[in-house]
Amino acid sequence: MTEDEHREGIKGMANPGRYGIERIAYLLMRLTGLGLLGYFIAHVYETSNILRGRMGWDDFLAMTQTTEGHIFLVLVIGMCVFHTGNGIRIMLGHGGVGVGQPARPDYPYEPASQNYRHKIGIYSSIVLAAVAMMYGMAVMFGE
Amino acid sequence: MKESTIMKIHYGTALASVGLVAVHILMRLTTGFADSLSYENVLANYRSVPYVIMLELILILLAVHGFNGLRVILLELKQGRVYEKAVSYGSIVGMIALIGYGSRTIIMTNMGMV
Amino acid sequence: MAQVSSIADEQASTPLSSPKSILLRISKFNPKLDESSKFMEFTVPYQKWTTVLEAILDVKKHFDHSVAVRYSCRQATCGSCGMMINGKPKLACFTKISELDSDVVTVEPMNNFPVIRDLTVGFEKLFAKHQKIQPYLIRDDSELESDEREFLQSPEEVEQYIQFANCIKCGLCNSACPTMATDSSFVGPQALAQAYRYVADSRDKGKDTRLNIIDESHGIWRCHFAGSCSQVCPKGVDPAMGIQFLRGYLLGFRS
Ligand code: HEM
Ligand code: HEM
Ligand code: SF4
Ligand code: FES
Repeated sequence: MTEDEHREGIKGMANPGRYGIERIAYLLMRLTGLGLLGYFIAHVYETSNILRGRMGWDDFLAMTQTTEGHIFLVLVIGMCVFHTGNGIRIMLGHGGVGVGQPARPDYPYEPASQNYRHKIGIYSSIVLAAVAMMYGMAVMFGE
Repeated sequence: MKESTIMKIHYGTALASVGLVAVHILMRLTTGFADSLSYENVLANYRSVPYVIMLELILILLAVHGFNGLRVILLELKQGRVYEKAVSYGSIVGMIALIGYGSRTIIMTNMGMV
Repeated sequence: MAQVSSIADEQASTPLSSPKSILLRISKFNPKLDESSKFMEFTVPYQKWTTVLEAILDVKKHFDHSVAVRYSCRQATCGSCGMMINGKPKLACFTKISELDSDVVTVEPMNNFPVIRDLTVGFEKLFAKHQKIQPYLIRDDSELESDEREFLQSPEEVEQYIQFANCIKCGLCNSACPTMATDSSFVGPQALAQAYRYVADSRDKGKDTRLNIIDESHGIWRCHFAGSCSQVCPKGVDPAMGIQFLRGYLLGFRS
Protein backbone atom coordinates (compact mmCIF):
# COMPACT_ATOMS: atom_id res chain seq x y z
CA MET A 1 0.00 0.00 0.00
CA THR A 2 2.74 2.39 1.00
CA GLU A 3 4.62 1.39 -2.14
CA ASP A 4 1.72 2.30 -4.45
CA GLU A 5 1.19 5.62 -2.79
CA HIS A 6 4.84 6.54 -3.18
CA ARG A 7 5.09 7.53 0.49
CA GLU A 8 8.41 8.82 1.69
CA GLY A 9 8.38 6.33 4.54
CA ILE A 10 10.25 6.41 7.81
CA LYS A 11 13.39 7.73 6.14
CA GLY A 12 11.52 10.79 4.91
CA MET A 13 9.76 11.27 8.22
CA ALA A 14 13.01 11.11 10.16
CA ASN A 15 15.19 13.04 7.71
CA PRO A 16 15.79 16.34 9.51
CA GLY A 17 18.04 17.85 6.85
CA ARG A 18 15.69 19.74 4.59
CA TYR A 19 13.21 21.78 6.56
CA GLY A 20 14.93 23.82 9.23
CA ILE A 21 15.12 23.71 13.01
CA GLU A 22 11.40 23.03 13.47
CA ARG A 23 11.75 19.68 11.77
CA ILE A 24 14.81 18.88 13.89
CA ALA A 25 12.81 19.69 17.01
CA TYR A 26 10.07 17.36 15.76
CA LEU A 27 12.56 14.52 15.42
CA LEU A 28 14.26 15.21 18.75
CA MET A 29 10.86 15.30 20.46
CA ARG A 30 10.10 11.82 19.13
CA LEU A 31 13.51 10.40 19.95
CA THR A 32 13.60 11.86 23.46
CA GLY A 33 10.01 10.72 24.07
CA LEU A 34 10.84 7.16 23.07
CA GLY A 35 14.17 7.27 24.92
CA LEU A 36 12.48 8.47 28.09
CA LEU A 37 9.79 5.82 27.81
CA GLY A 38 12.49 3.17 27.49
CA TYR A 39 14.35 4.59 30.45
CA PHE A 40 11.16 4.87 32.47
CA ILE A 41 10.28 1.20 32.00
CA ALA A 42 13.83 0.11 32.82
CA HIS A 43 13.83 2.47 35.81
CA VAL A 44 10.65 1.06 37.30
CA TYR A 45 12.14 -2.40 36.91
CA GLU A 46 15.43 -1.26 38.42
CA THR A 47 13.87 0.27 41.51
CA SER A 48 11.86 -2.91 42.09
CA ASN A 49 15.12 -4.50 43.13
CA ILE A 50 14.73 -2.83 46.48
CA LEU A 51 12.31 -5.64 47.23
CA ARG A 52 15.31 -7.97 47.17
CA GLY A 53 16.79 -6.10 50.09
CA ARG A 54 20.13 -4.36 50.44
CA MET A 55 21.98 -6.92 48.30
CA GLY A 56 19.60 -6.64 45.40
CA TRP A 57 19.58 -2.86 45.52
CA ASP A 58 23.35 -2.54 45.69
CA ASP A 59 23.77 -5.05 42.86
CA PHE A 60 21.66 -2.94 40.61
CA LEU A 61 23.00 0.34 41.81
CA ALA A 62 26.47 -0.80 40.76
CA MET A 63 25.30 -0.53 37.15
CA THR A 64 24.82 3.22 37.37
CA GLN A 65 27.92 3.84 39.47
CA THR A 66 30.24 3.35 36.50
CA THR A 67 31.41 5.99 34.06
CA GLU A 68 29.09 4.61 31.37
CA GLY A 69 26.23 4.58 33.85
CA HIS A 70 26.85 8.19 34.71
CA ILE A 71 27.00 9.22 31.08
CA PHE A 72 23.74 7.39 30.50
CA LEU A 73 22.07 9.18 33.40
CA VAL A 74 23.38 12.52 32.13
CA LEU A 75 21.79 11.71 28.77
CA VAL A 76 18.51 10.91 30.49
CA ILE A 77 18.60 14.26 32.25
CA GLY A 78 19.29 16.00 28.94
CA MET A 79 16.46 14.16 27.18
CA CYS A 80 14.13 14.97 30.03
CA VAL A 81 14.91 18.70 29.97
CA PHE A 82 14.69 19.04 26.19
CA HIS A 83 11.47 17.02 26.02
CA THR A 84 9.92 19.07 28.81
CA GLY A 85 11.01 22.46 27.46
CA ASN A 86 10.07 21.70 23.90
CA GLY A 87 6.88 19.99 25.13
CA ILE A 88 5.73 23.20 26.75
CA ARG A 89 6.53 25.14 23.58
CA ILE A 90 4.58 22.60 21.54
CA MET A 91 1.56 22.68 23.81
CA LEU A 92 1.40 26.46 23.51
CA GLY A 93 1.88 26.24 19.74
CA HIS A 94 -0.81 23.57 19.43
CA GLY A 95 -3.18 25.96 21.15
CA GLY A 96 -2.34 28.66 18.62
CA VAL A 97 -0.06 30.69 20.91
CA GLY A 98 2.83 32.49 19.24
CA VAL A 99 2.11 31.20 15.75
CA GLY A 100 1.56 34.64 14.24
CA GLN A 101 -1.49 36.42 12.89
CA PRO A 102 -3.26 35.82 9.58
CA ALA A 103 -2.63 38.54 7.01
CA ARG A 104 -2.81 39.13 3.29
CA PRO A 105 0.07 37.02 1.96
CA ASP A 106 2.78 38.81 0.04
CA TYR A 107 5.73 37.55 -1.95
CA PRO A 108 8.09 35.97 -0.89
CA TYR A 109 5.52 34.45 1.45
CA GLU A 110 7.54 33.97 4.63
CA PRO A 111 5.34 31.75 6.80
CA ALA A 112 4.48 33.66 9.98
CA SER A 113 4.12 30.46 12.01
CA GLN A 114 7.78 29.62 11.56
CA ASN A 115 8.76 32.64 13.60
CA TYR A 116 11.47 33.66 16.05
CA ARG A 117 9.33 32.98 19.12
CA HIS A 118 9.14 29.30 18.42
CA LYS A 119 12.71 29.15 17.19
CA ILE A 120 13.84 30.73 20.45
CA GLY A 121 11.74 28.15 22.28
CA ILE A 122 13.53 25.33 20.48
CA TYR A 123 17.01 26.76 20.94
CA SER A 124 16.37 27.50 24.62
CA SER A 125 15.22 23.94 25.18
CA ILE A 126 18.45 22.68 23.62
CA VAL A 127 20.57 25.09 25.63
CA LEU A 128 18.71 24.29 28.85
CA ALA A 129 19.23 20.59 28.20
CA ALA A 130 22.94 21.18 27.67
CA VAL A 131 23.22 23.21 30.87
CA ALA A 132 21.34 20.56 32.84
CA MET A 133 23.62 17.88 31.44
CA MET A 134 26.69 19.85 32.46
CA TYR A 135 25.27 20.37 35.93
CA GLY A 136 24.47 16.67 36.18
CA MET A 137 27.96 15.80 35.05
CA ALA A 138 29.49 18.14 37.57
CA VAL A 139 27.49 16.51 40.34
CA MET A 140 28.07 12.91 39.31
CA PHE A 141 31.69 13.11 38.28
CA GLY A 142 32.54 15.73 40.87
CA GLU A 143 32.11 13.33 43.75
CA MET B 1 -12.76 7.77 23.60
CA LYS B 2 -12.66 10.84 21.41
CA GLU B 3 -9.21 11.63 20.12
CA SER B 4 -9.39 15.14 21.58
CA THR B 5 -10.09 13.71 25.03
CA ILE B 6 -7.12 11.37 24.75
CA MET B 7 -4.83 14.16 23.66
CA LYS B 8 -6.04 16.47 26.43
CA ILE B 9 -5.06 13.72 28.84
CA HIS B 10 -1.71 13.49 27.05
CA TYR B 11 -1.02 17.20 27.57
CA GLY B 12 -2.52 17.22 31.07
CA THR B 13 -0.39 14.34 32.33
CA ALA B 14 2.70 16.01 30.85
CA LEU B 15 2.00 19.34 32.53
CA ALA B 16 1.17 17.76 35.86
CA SER B 17 4.38 15.78 35.96
CA VAL B 18 6.75 18.63 35.06
CA GLY B 19 7.18 19.78 38.65
CA LEU B 20 7.11 16.30 40.13
CA VAL B 21 9.89 14.96 37.91
CA ALA B 22 11.94 18.09 38.56
CA VAL B 23 11.71 17.48 42.30
CA HIS B 24 12.53 13.81 41.82
CA ILE B 25 15.70 14.41 39.81
CA LEU B 26 16.85 17.48 41.71
CA MET B 27 16.67 15.52 44.95
CA ARG B 28 19.52 13.36 43.66
CA LEU B 29 21.59 16.22 42.41
CA THR B 30 21.31 18.43 45.46
CA THR B 31 21.72 15.94 48.30
CA GLY B 32 24.89 14.33 47.04
CA PHE B 33 24.33 11.95 44.22
CA ALA B 34 25.79 8.72 45.61
CA ASP B 35 24.32 9.32 49.08
CA SER B 36 20.86 9.88 47.76
CA LEU B 37 20.98 6.48 46.12
CA SER B 38 22.21 4.56 49.15
CA TYR B 39 20.02 1.74 50.35
CA GLU B 40 19.14 3.42 53.66
CA ASN B 41 18.26 6.67 51.99
CA VAL B 42 16.10 5.11 49.32
CA LEU B 43 14.35 2.91 51.85
CA ALA B 44 13.69 5.97 53.98
CA ASN B 45 12.27 7.71 50.92
CA TYR B 46 9.96 4.82 50.23
CA ARG B 47 8.76 4.86 53.85
CA SER B 48 7.80 8.53 53.66
CA VAL B 49 4.16 8.72 52.74
CA PRO B 50 4.12 12.14 51.01
CA TYR B 51 7.14 11.23 48.92
CA VAL B 52 5.68 7.90 47.99
CA ILE B 53 2.48 9.56 46.89
CA MET B 54 4.56 11.73 44.61
CA LEU B 55 6.31 8.66 43.18
CA GLU B 56 3.00 6.94 42.57
CA LEU B 57 1.68 10.06 40.85
CA ILE B 58 4.72 10.26 38.58
CA LEU B 59 4.32 6.59 37.82
CA ILE B 60 0.68 6.89 36.80
CA LEU B 61 0.95 10.19 34.96
CA LEU B 62 3.98 9.25 32.91
CA ALA B 63 2.88 5.70 32.18
CA VAL B 64 -0.26 7.17 30.66
CA HIS B 65 1.64 9.92 28.86
CA GLY B 66 4.48 7.73 27.64
CA PHE B 67 2.37 4.85 26.37
CA ASN B 68 -0.05 7.20 24.67
CA GLY B 69 2.96 8.84 23.01
CA LEU B 70 4.04 5.43 21.81
CA ARG B 71 0.52 4.77 20.52
CA VAL B 72 0.60 8.01 18.54
CA ILE B 73 3.92 7.13 16.93
CA LEU B 74 2.79 3.61 16.06
CA LEU B 75 -0.55 4.83 14.64
CA GLU B 76 1.31 7.14 12.31
CA LEU B 77 3.78 4.49 11.27
CA LYS B 78 1.39 1.95 9.84
CA GLN B 79 -2.36 1.74 9.25
CA GLY B 80 -4.98 -0.94 9.16
CA ARG B 81 -7.97 -1.91 11.28
CA VAL B 82 -6.43 -4.85 13.08
CA TYR B 83 -3.08 -3.16 13.55
CA GLU B 84 -4.63 -0.02 14.98
CA LYS B 85 -6.79 -1.98 17.41
CA ALA B 86 -3.74 -3.93 18.52
CA VAL B 87 -1.80 -0.69 19.06
CA SER B 88 -4.59 0.91 21.10
CA TYR B 89 -5.18 -2.09 23.35
CA GLY B 90 -1.48 -2.84 23.53
CA SER B 91 -0.77 0.64 24.89
CA ILE B 92 -3.47 0.29 27.52
CA VAL B 93 -2.06 -3.07 28.59
CA GLY B 94 1.45 -1.58 28.73
CA MET B 95 0.22 1.30 30.87
CA ILE B 96 -1.59 -0.94 33.32
CA ALA B 97 1.26 -3.42 33.53
CA LEU B 98 3.82 -0.72 34.26
CA ILE B 99 1.62 1.01 36.83
CA GLY B 100 0.88 -2.33 38.47
CA TYR B 101 4.49 -3.38 38.62
CA GLY B 102 5.71 -0.03 39.93
CA SER B 103 2.90 0.23 42.48
CA ARG B 104 3.82 -3.20 43.79
CA THR B 105 7.32 -1.89 44.60
CA ILE B 106 5.98 1.27 46.15
CA ILE B 107 3.27 -0.35 48.26
CA MET B 108 5.34 -3.29 49.47
CA THR B 109 8.31 -1.13 50.36
CA ASN B 110 6.19 1.50 52.02
CA MET B 111 4.42 -1.10 54.17
CA GLY B 112 7.77 -2.40 55.33
CA MET B 113 7.72 -5.72 53.54
CA VAL B 114 11.39 -5.49 52.60
CA MET C 1 8.65 33.55 -43.77
CA ALA C 2 11.19 35.39 -41.63
CA GLN C 3 8.28 36.32 -39.40
CA VAL C 4 7.27 32.68 -38.92
CA SER C 5 10.72 31.43 -38.06
CA SER C 6 11.28 34.15 -35.49
CA ILE C 7 8.03 33.17 -33.81
CA ALA C 8 9.25 29.61 -33.73
CA ASP C 9 12.45 30.80 -32.12
CA GLU C 10 10.56 32.64 -29.47
CA GLN C 11 8.59 29.56 -28.58
CA ALA C 12 11.70 27.88 -27.29
CA SER C 13 11.85 29.53 -23.90
CA THR C 14 15.63 29.52 -23.98
CA PRO C 15 17.82 29.84 -27.06
CA LEU C 16 19.84 26.67 -27.37
CA SER C 17 22.95 28.78 -27.67
CA SER C 18 22.58 30.12 -24.13
CA PRO C 19 25.98 30.20 -22.40
CA LYS C 20 24.97 28.45 -19.20
CA SER C 21 23.58 24.95 -18.91
CA ILE C 22 22.65 22.44 -16.26
CA LEU C 23 22.28 18.70 -16.14
CA LEU C 24 18.57 18.01 -15.83
CA ARG C 25 17.82 14.57 -14.39
CA ILE C 26 14.23 13.51 -14.93
CA SER C 27 12.73 10.54 -13.12
CA LYS C 28 11.08 8.16 -15.62
CA PHE C 29 8.62 5.62 -14.31
CA ASN C 30 5.51 3.98 -15.64
CA PRO C 31 4.01 1.86 -12.87
CA LYS C 32 2.15 -0.24 -15.44
CA LEU C 33 5.33 -1.28 -17.27
CA ASP C 34 8.42 -0.60 -15.17
CA GLU C 35 9.79 -2.37 -12.14
CA SER C 36 11.42 0.75 -10.78
CA SER C 37 12.10 4.33 -11.75
CA LYS C 38 15.22 5.42 -13.56
CA PHE C 39 16.69 8.79 -14.41
CA MET C 40 17.15 10.24 -17.88
CA GLU C 41 19.77 12.96 -18.12
CA PHE C 42 19.75 15.97 -20.40
CA THR C 43 22.03 18.95 -20.71
CA VAL C 44 19.75 21.96 -20.89
CA PRO C 45 20.75 25.57 -21.51
CA TYR C 46 19.15 28.19 -19.29
CA GLN C 47 18.92 31.90 -18.67
CA LYS C 48 18.59 33.75 -15.39
CA TRP C 49 14.82 33.59 -15.71
CA THR C 50 14.36 30.03 -16.99
CA THR C 51 12.07 27.99 -14.75
CA VAL C 52 12.39 24.28 -14.11
CA LEU C 53 9.11 23.75 -15.94
CA GLU C 54 10.47 25.53 -19.02
CA ALA C 55 13.56 23.34 -18.92
CA ILE C 56 11.41 20.22 -18.77
CA LEU C 57 9.29 21.49 -21.65
CA ASP C 58 12.47 22.15 -23.65
CA VAL C 59 13.44 18.53 -23.08
CA LYS C 60 10.02 17.44 -24.28
CA LYS C 61 10.37 19.60 -27.34
CA HIS C 62 13.94 18.83 -28.37
CA PHE C 63 14.93 15.52 -26.85
CA ASP C 64 12.21 13.26 -25.54
CA HIS C 65 8.57 13.93 -26.07
CA SER C 66 7.50 11.06 -23.81
CA VAL C 67 8.29 12.84 -20.53
CA ALA C 68 5.00 13.03 -18.63
CA VAL C 69 4.50 16.31 -16.80
CA ARG C 70 1.32 18.12 -15.79
CA TYR C 71 1.07 21.87 -16.01
CA SER C 72 -1.33 24.50 -17.13
CA CYS C 73 -1.06 28.07 -15.91
CA ARG C 74 2.75 28.38 -15.70
CA GLN C 75 2.27 31.05 -13.05
CA ALA C 76 1.69 29.30 -9.73
CA THR C 77 -2.06 29.50 -10.01
CA CYS C 78 -3.41 26.16 -11.14
CA GLY C 79 -1.47 23.94 -8.74
CA SER C 80 -0.63 21.29 -11.36
CA CYS C 81 3.13 21.28 -11.54
CA GLY C 82 4.26 20.28 -8.05
CA MET C 83 7.25 17.93 -8.03
CA MET C 84 10.38 17.15 -6.06
CA ILE C 85 13.10 19.51 -7.27
CA ASN C 86 16.49 18.63 -5.84
CA GLY C 87 14.79 16.75 -3.04
CA LYS C 88 12.20 19.31 -1.96
CA PRO C 89 8.62 19.72 -3.14
CA LYS C 90 8.26 22.86 -5.27
CA LEU C 91 6.19 24.19 -8.15
CA ALA C 92 8.22 23.68 -11.34
CA CYS C 93 6.76 26.84 -12.88
CA PHE C 94 7.61 28.91 -9.81
CA THR C 95 11.18 27.74 -9.36
CA LYS C 96 13.94 29.34 -11.39
CA ILE C 97 16.94 27.19 -12.19
CA SER C 98 19.23 30.06 -11.25
CA GLU C 99 17.88 30.15 -7.69
CA LEU C 100 18.65 26.47 -7.11
CA ASP C 101 22.39 27.15 -7.02
CA SER C 102 23.28 23.80 -8.50
CA ASP C 103 24.70 22.43 -11.75
CA VAL C 104 22.47 19.41 -11.45
CA VAL C 105 18.71 19.68 -11.22
CA THR C 106 16.92 16.47 -10.32
CA VAL C 107 13.16 16.32 -10.76
CA GLU C 108 11.07 13.50 -9.34
CA PRO C 109 7.35 12.97 -8.76
CA MET C 110 6.02 14.44 -5.52
CA ASN C 111 6.35 12.25 -2.45
CA ASN C 112 3.29 10.86 -0.69
CA PHE C 113 1.20 10.81 -3.88
CA PRO C 114 0.74 7.76 -6.14
CA VAL C 115 2.75 8.08 -9.36
CA ILE C 116 0.74 8.04 -12.58
CA ARG C 117 3.75 8.36 -14.84
CA ASP C 118 7.12 10.14 -14.62
CA LEU C 119 6.43 13.46 -12.92
CA THR C 120 2.65 13.26 -12.74
CA VAL C 121 0.95 12.06 -9.57
CA GLY C 122 -2.65 11.24 -8.66
CA PHE C 123 -4.62 13.77 -6.61
CA GLU C 124 -7.72 11.68 -5.89
CA LYS C 125 -6.91 11.28 -2.22
CA LEU C 126 -6.01 14.94 -1.71
CA PHE C 127 -9.30 16.02 -3.25
CA ALA C 128 -11.23 13.46 -1.23
CA LYS C 129 -9.70 14.70 2.05
CA HIS C 130 -10.37 18.27 0.96
CA GLN C 131 -14.01 17.44 0.31
CA LYS C 132 -14.29 15.63 3.60
CA ILE C 133 -13.82 18.81 5.64
CA GLN C 134 -16.78 20.43 3.80
CA PRO C 135 -14.99 23.25 2.00
CA TYR C 136 -17.95 25.57 1.53
CA LEU C 137 -19.96 27.97 3.66
CA ILE C 138 -22.29 26.11 5.95
CA ARG C 139 -25.35 27.97 7.22
CA ASP C 140 -29.09 27.46 7.24
CA ASP C 141 -29.87 30.32 4.91
CA SER C 142 -27.21 29.68 2.29
CA GLU C 143 -29.72 30.18 -0.52
CA LEU C 144 -30.42 33.88 -0.91
CA GLU C 145 -34.00 34.97 -1.28
CA SER C 146 -34.36 37.42 -4.12
CA ASP C 147 -34.92 40.48 -1.94
CA GLU C 148 -31.99 39.82 0.44
CA ARG C 149 -28.53 41.39 0.47
CA GLU C 150 -25.25 39.48 0.09
CA PHE C 151 -23.50 38.44 3.30
CA LEU C 152 -21.43 41.47 4.17
CA GLN C 153 -17.93 41.31 5.65
CA SER C 154 -15.63 43.98 6.99
CA PRO C 155 -12.05 44.13 5.68
CA GLU C 156 -10.89 42.88 9.09
CA GLU C 157 -13.15 39.86 8.80
CA VAL C 158 -11.74 39.11 5.37
CA GLU C 159 -8.19 39.25 6.76
CA GLN C 160 -9.00 36.42 9.13
CA TYR C 161 -9.21 33.87 6.34
CA ILE C 162 -8.00 35.38 3.05
CA GLN C 163 -4.50 33.98 3.49
CA PHE C 164 -5.88 30.46 3.72
CA ALA C 165 -8.15 31.04 0.74
CA ASN C 166 -4.97 31.43 -1.32
CA CYS C 167 -4.54 27.66 -1.44
CA ILE C 168 -4.20 26.32 -4.99
CA LYS C 169 -4.40 22.64 -3.97
CA CYS C 170 -0.95 21.91 -5.31
CA GLY C 171 -0.25 19.35 -2.61
CA LEU C 172 3.30 20.49 -1.82
CA CYS C 173 2.42 20.72 1.87
CA ASN C 174 1.16 17.13 1.96
CA SER C 175 4.36 16.07 0.27
CA ALA C 176 6.61 17.78 2.84
CA CYS C 177 4.64 16.69 5.92
CA PRO C 178 6.45 14.15 8.13
CA THR C 179 3.21 12.51 9.24
CA MET C 180 2.08 12.13 5.63
CA ALA C 181 5.35 10.29 4.93
CA THR C 182 4.04 7.21 6.72
CA ASP C 183 0.37 7.82 7.55
CA SER C 184 -1.87 7.18 4.55
CA SER C 185 -5.03 7.95 6.55
CA PHE C 186 -3.98 11.38 7.86
CA VAL C 187 -6.20 14.22 6.62
CA GLY C 188 -3.12 16.28 5.91
CA PRO C 189 -2.14 19.95 6.08
CA GLN C 190 -3.94 20.94 2.88
CA ALA C 191 -7.37 19.83 4.09
CA LEU C 192 -6.80 21.00 7.67
CA ALA C 193 -5.79 24.47 6.51
CA GLN C 194 -8.96 24.61 4.42
CA ALA C 195 -11.04 23.51 7.40
CA TYR C 196 -9.65 26.57 9.17
CA ARG C 197 -10.24 28.76 6.13
CA TYR C 198 -13.99 28.14 6.44
CA VAL C 199 -14.13 28.12 10.24
CA ALA C 200 -12.44 31.54 10.26
CA ASP C 201 -14.95 32.97 7.76
CA SER C 202 -17.44 35.19 9.55
CA ARG C 203 -20.21 34.04 7.17
CA ASP C 204 -19.74 30.40 8.07
CA LYS C 205 -21.64 28.54 10.79
CA GLY C 206 -20.09 25.11 10.31
CA LYS C 207 -17.39 25.23 12.97
CA ASP C 208 -18.71 22.45 15.18
CA THR C 209 -19.42 20.16 12.24
CA ARG C 210 -15.89 20.55 10.93
CA LEU C 211 -14.22 20.25 14.33
CA ASN C 212 -16.09 16.98 14.71
CA ILE C 213 -14.86 15.70 11.37
CA ILE C 214 -11.19 16.38 12.11
CA ASP C 215 -11.27 15.17 15.72
CA GLU C 216 -10.46 11.53 14.99
CA SER C 217 -7.51 9.21 15.27
CA HIS C 218 -6.05 10.27 11.91
CA GLY C 219 -7.31 13.81 12.16
CA ILE C 220 -5.80 17.04 13.39
CA TRP C 221 -3.96 15.45 16.34
CA ARG C 222 -1.53 13.76 14.00
CA CYS C 223 -0.05 17.20 13.29
CA HIS C 224 3.05 17.86 15.43
CA PHE C 225 3.71 21.40 14.28
CA ALA C 226 6.92 20.50 12.44
CA GLY C 227 6.07 23.34 10.04
CA SER C 228 7.47 21.74 6.88
CA CYS C 229 4.13 22.35 5.13
CA SER C 230 4.38 26.08 5.68
CA GLN C 231 8.00 26.16 4.57
CA VAL C 232 7.17 24.69 1.15
CA CYS C 233 3.81 26.36 0.48
CA PRO C 234 4.23 28.54 -2.63
CA LYS C 235 1.23 30.78 -1.85
CA GLY C 236 1.87 31.89 1.72
CA VAL C 237 -1.07 29.89 3.04
CA ASP C 238 0.96 28.85 6.10
CA PRO C 239 -1.09 25.70 6.79
CA ALA C 240 0.71 25.14 10.12
CA MET C 241 -0.73 28.40 11.44
CA GLY C 242 -4.27 27.50 10.46
CA ILE C 243 -3.96 24.03 11.94
CA GLN C 244 -2.77 25.31 15.33
CA PHE C 245 -5.61 27.86 15.43
CA LEU C 246 -8.04 25.08 14.61
CA ARG C 247 -6.59 22.92 17.37
CA GLY C 248 -6.81 25.95 19.66
CA TYR C 249 -10.61 25.57 19.46
CA LEU C 250 -10.43 21.91 20.42
CA LEU C 251 -8.03 22.58 23.32
CA GLY C 252 -10.08 25.48 24.65
CA PHE C 253 -7.48 28.16 23.89
CA ARG C 254 -10.00 29.88 21.60
CA SER C 255 -13.73 29.84 21.33
C1 HEM D 1 7.30 16.08 32.27
C2 HEM D 1 7.45 16.77 31.23
C3 HEM D 1 6.92 16.36 29.88
C4 HEM D 1 6.26 17.19 29.04
C5 HEM D 1 5.93 18.66 29.27
C6 HEM D 1 5.92 16.42 27.87
C7 HEM D 1 5.22 16.92 26.80
C8 HEM D 1 4.92 16.22 25.67
C9 HEM D 1 4.15 16.71 24.58
C10 HEM D 1 3.52 18.10 24.48
C11 HEM D 1 4.09 15.75 23.64
C12 HEM D 1 3.35 15.84 22.31
C13 HEM D 1 4.31 16.05 21.20
C14 HEM D 1 3.61 16.16 19.88
O1 HEM D 1 2.39 15.96 19.77
O2 HEM D 1 4.31 16.45 18.92
C15 HEM D 1 4.82 14.63 24.14
C16 HEM D 1 5.00 13.44 23.46
C17 HEM D 1 5.58 12.32 24.01
N1 HEM D 1 6.08 12.18 25.28
FE1 HEM D 1 6.24 13.65 26.63
N2 HEM D 1 6.37 15.15 28.01
C18 HEM D 1 7.00 15.06 29.23
C19 HEM D 1 7.62 13.94 29.76
C20 HEM D 1 7.67 12.69 29.14
C21 HEM D 1 8.27 11.51 29.72
C22 HEM D 1 8.96 11.45 31.08
C23 HEM D 1 8.10 10.50 28.82
C24 HEM D 1 8.49 9.06 28.95
C25 HEM D 1 7.94 8.26 29.80
C26 HEM D 1 7.43 11.06 27.67
C27 HEM D 1 7.10 10.35 26.55
C28 HEM D 1 6.55 10.89 25.42
C29 HEM D 1 6.37 10.17 24.19
C30 HEM D 1 6.76 8.72 23.90
C31 HEM D 1 5.77 11.09 23.29
C32 HEM D 1 5.39 10.86 21.83
C33 HEM D 1 6.43 11.53 20.98
C34 HEM D 1 5.87 12.31 19.82
O3 HEM D 1 4.70 12.17 19.46
O4 HEM D 1 6.62 13.13 19.29
N3 HEM D 1 7.18 12.39 27.90
N4 HEM D 1 5.33 14.94 25.39
C1 HEM E 1 19.06 10.96 37.03
C2 HEM E 1 17.96 10.34 36.94
C3 HEM E 1 17.23 9.57 38.04
C4 HEM E 1 17.65 8.96 39.17
C5 HEM E 1 19.06 8.90 39.71
C6 HEM E 1 16.51 8.33 39.80
C7 HEM E 1 16.53 7.60 40.98
C8 HEM E 1 15.44 7.00 41.58
C9 HEM E 1 15.45 6.33 42.85
C10 HEM E 1 16.65 6.18 43.73
C11 HEM E 1 14.20 5.89 43.10
C12 HEM E 1 13.73 5.15 44.33
C13 HEM E 1 12.90 6.07 45.21
C14 HEM E 1 13.67 7.26 45.70
O1 HEM E 1 14.59 7.13 46.51
O2 HEM E 1 13.37 8.35 45.24
C15 HEM E 1 13.38 6.27 41.97
C16 HEM E 1 12.05 5.98 41.83
C17 HEM E 1 11.28 6.39 40.77
N1 HEM E 1 11.67 7.23 39.73
FE1 HEM E 1 13.53 7.89 39.41
N2 HEM E 1 15.40 8.61 39.03
C18 HEM E 1 15.81 9.34 37.95
C19 HEM E 1 15.03 9.81 36.95
C20 HEM E 1 13.68 9.57 36.81
C21 HEM E 1 12.86 10.05 35.73
C22 HEM E 1 13.35 10.88 34.54
C23 HEM E 1 11.60 9.60 35.97
C24 HEM E 1 10.36 9.83 35.15
C25 HEM E 1 10.28 9.53 33.91
C26 HEM E 1 11.63 8.82 37.20
C27 HEM E 1 10.54 8.18 37.77
C28 HEM E 1 10.58 7.42 38.91
C29 HEM E 1 9.45 6.70 39.44
C30 HEM E 1 8.04 6.63 38.83
C31 HEM E 1 9.89 6.05 40.62
C32 HEM E 1 9.06 5.12 41.49
C33 HEM E 1 9.22 3.74 40.90
C34 HEM E 1 8.63 2.63 41.74
O3 HEM E 1 8.89 2.58 42.94
O4 HEM E 1 7.94 1.79 41.14
N3 HEM E 1 12.92 8.84 37.68
N4 HEM E 1 14.17 6.95 41.06
S1 SF4 F 1 -1.63 24.98 1.46
FE1 SF4 F 1 -0.03 25.77 0.07
S2 SF4 F 1 1.24 23.96 -0.34
FE2 SF4 F 1 -0.68 23.19 0.50
S3 SF4 F 1 -1.96 22.74 -1.29
FE3 SF4 F 1 -2.48 24.83 -0.64
S4 SF4 F 1 -1.14 26.17 -1.85
FE4 SF4 F 1 -0.29 24.06 -2.01
S1 FES G 1 1.72 25.28 -13.99
FE1 FES G 1 0.08 26.06 -12.78
S2 FES G 1 1.00 26.05 -10.82
FE2 FES G 1 2.69 25.54 -12.07
